[in-house]
Amino acid sequence: MKKTITKFVGAAATVAAIMAMAGCTAKNSSAKGNTATGDKVKIGLNMELSGAAAGYGEQQKQGFQLAVKEINKAGGIKVGDKKMKIQTVIQDNKTTTSGSASVAAQLATKDKVTAVVGPATTNDGTASIPNMTKAYVPTVSPSATDPDYTLQKNGKVQTYVFRACFNNDLQGETAAHFANNTLKAKNVAILQDNSSDYGTGLASAFKKAFKGSVVSKQSFAEGDKDFNALLTNIKSKNIDAIYVPGYYSEVGLIIKQARQAGINVPIIGSDGMADPKLAKIAGDQNASKIYYTTPFSTMSGATNKTAKKFMADFKAAYGQDAPTFSALAYDSVLMIKQAIEDAKSTNSVKVAQALAKIKDMPAVTGTTSVDKNHDPEKPIVVEQMTKGKVVSATAVK
Amino acid sequence: MHTVLQQVINGLSLGSIYALLALGYTMVYGIIKLINFAHGDIYMLGAFWGYYVINTYHVDFIVALLSAMIVTALAGMIIEYLAYRPLRNSPRITALITAIGVSYFLENGMSYLFGANTRNFPQVVKQHNFTALGISISNIQVLILVTALILMILLQLIIQKTKMGTAMRAVAVDQEAAALVGINPDHVISFTFGLGSALAGAAGVLIGLYYNSIDPLMGMTPGIKAFVAAVVGGIGSVPGAAVGGFLIGLLETGVQAIGLSAYKDAAVYVVLILILIVLPAGLLGKNVKEKV
Repeated sequence: MKKTITKFVGAAATVAAIMAMAGCTAKNSSAKGNTATGDKVKIGLNMELSGAAAGYGEQQKQGFQLAVKEINKAGGIKVGDKKMKIQTVIQDNKTTTSGSASVAAQLATKDKVTAVVGPATTNDGTASIPNMTKAYVPTVSPSATDPDYTLQKNGKVQTYVFRACFNNDLQGETAAHFANNTLKAKNVAILQDNSSDYGTGLASAFKKAFKGSVVSKQSFAEGDKDFNALLTNIKSKNIDAIYVPGYYSEVGLIIKQARQAGINVPIIGSDGMADPKLAKIAGDQNASKIYYTTPFSTMSGATNKTAKKFMADFKAAYGQDAPTFSALAYDSVLMIKQAIEDAKSTNSVKVAQALAKIKDMPAVTGTTSVDKNHDPEKPIVVEQMTKGKVVSATAVK
Repeated sequence: MHTVLQQVINGLSLGSIYALLALGYTMVYGIIKLINFAHGDIYMLGAFWGYYVINTYHVDFIVALLSAMIVTALAGMIIEYLAYRPLRNSPRITALITAIGVSYFLENGMSYLFGANTRNFPQVVKQHNFTALGISISNIQVLILVTALILMILLQLIIQKTKMGTAMRAVAVDQEAAALVGINPDHVISFTFGLGSALAGAAGVLIGLYYNSIDPLMGMTPGIKAFVAAVVGGIGSVPGAAVGGFLIGLLETGVQAIGLSAYKDAAVYVVLILILIVLPAGLLGKNVKEKV
């Protein structure tokens, strides 16, 4: 019942978006893309601020705002010989594909932004691509992890689509190598979050690269709270490790319930788990022998100056430890800033070209370069958690 | 064998939560024929109230549970007064759509005011496991089952033995005739909303304690599953809702136990469809012909 209504509202929004688009294509035909007209650069945020993914969207908004605040405090972005401050346009896409498409159209054609950060999820991101491409405005998603997100159907790269996070294949393979080589696991159970491409994509990438046997592959959905039945089922099988690609809110509960059910094998996951809340939900005494692949961690500050500053500033601004999603959104803004400086222009087409050429840019989630598929290249680490604390972070090639 | 028994325990503790929620649906439906879709969100309010009082005033579990029941009872009555009472004489579909609106209002209102993040519920009762014959059951699981059973018995006593309960049953049969013999239907309906909401609030605190994680959208899925439980048990029938809740909990666990976890939600809805086709009045519902 609720779904039908959402769909109806969604359809209305899409129609509105299409009409908005139709009005502007003609106007933009002479000069491609948007260029800042005043003394400020406009950067949009197309984000899930309400609806199912609002929890992640909220964290990304915090990272986004922190980055903008700091850049503006330092005088702004250097465009050619003058410095321009950032003006933000923040819009909620309500975790709907239609909302994301209409927000994209608004940002690109009405607000005339130079670049957009977001959306958070692959689905919403994919829905925004046609409108962004038509308006020649680049978008950097902090967390759309599907390998095909930045690619067109024919395998060519999407000119205006970028991301700050790893794609699923890389993370899944890294976790599989880790299970093979470090944990020497033979039999593994997979519990995947099948409500997103994130969980299913990681699970299949892991399965492909894992050399042992996957004795059980079970699914859960976002928002589930009871995993006792799944875990009781796994417990009766002889397993060496569990792979759980998902987000901290569900994985935290899986860890808690697994340890309480007496399952003490290592639990491996992905960067959706890299959040200070994980140990809080799981309970410190339960969060041991936990491993996950991530570009960012609370240990990053020890080796990375940008990360150290980011974590201190985040704590000062919001009174809590910085989650990975905030770090990725922060880096998305840094990438756009870098591209504007490299292009010496606020024209969105030139910024997109410069984004594709970013090389060795210092970032919170590690020194970043953008590769030919518009994926970031940066070091990936496997973190180990013991009694709720991250005790080691091992870089993996 | 151990595994099977363990799964039965898992199913019962999940089912007791659905049962508590289903009772609220069924009571409200029994009296004013309204499916209160905002019921799942009352459960969320209960969990958040528990979170708030435990974190702020460091009260113990019992105080948190009872105060959450009072607060959600008030919330339920206020919602009834503001949203449903003005529509008492409108077509049923109007009230139904309003209920969906109230549900959205509560979900998004809480996200807006307090943030959509998942937060961890303070663990006021330390968890430990009892193990016997290879089956383990935690003290919190026992607590949930016992609390649910006590509340259900209390509810049954209120409905069958008190004056208010008699009035509730009278209004459920015929609102106008009840008014003729001196019952104020508004008071009775308000009381029913309060009672149902209090049970949902209790379920919210129990869930918070058991799973240690709450968020503003936590009421969505359990709310709909509890609705299914109420229909399976026979909507309008109080013992039916309890039975339906336990059945849905066991079904969901059973489907996962045989390795079909991807279909656990689908299985619940398949049962809903089957019941509606084969036994539209539900397991314990009475098949009453509508008067024209």
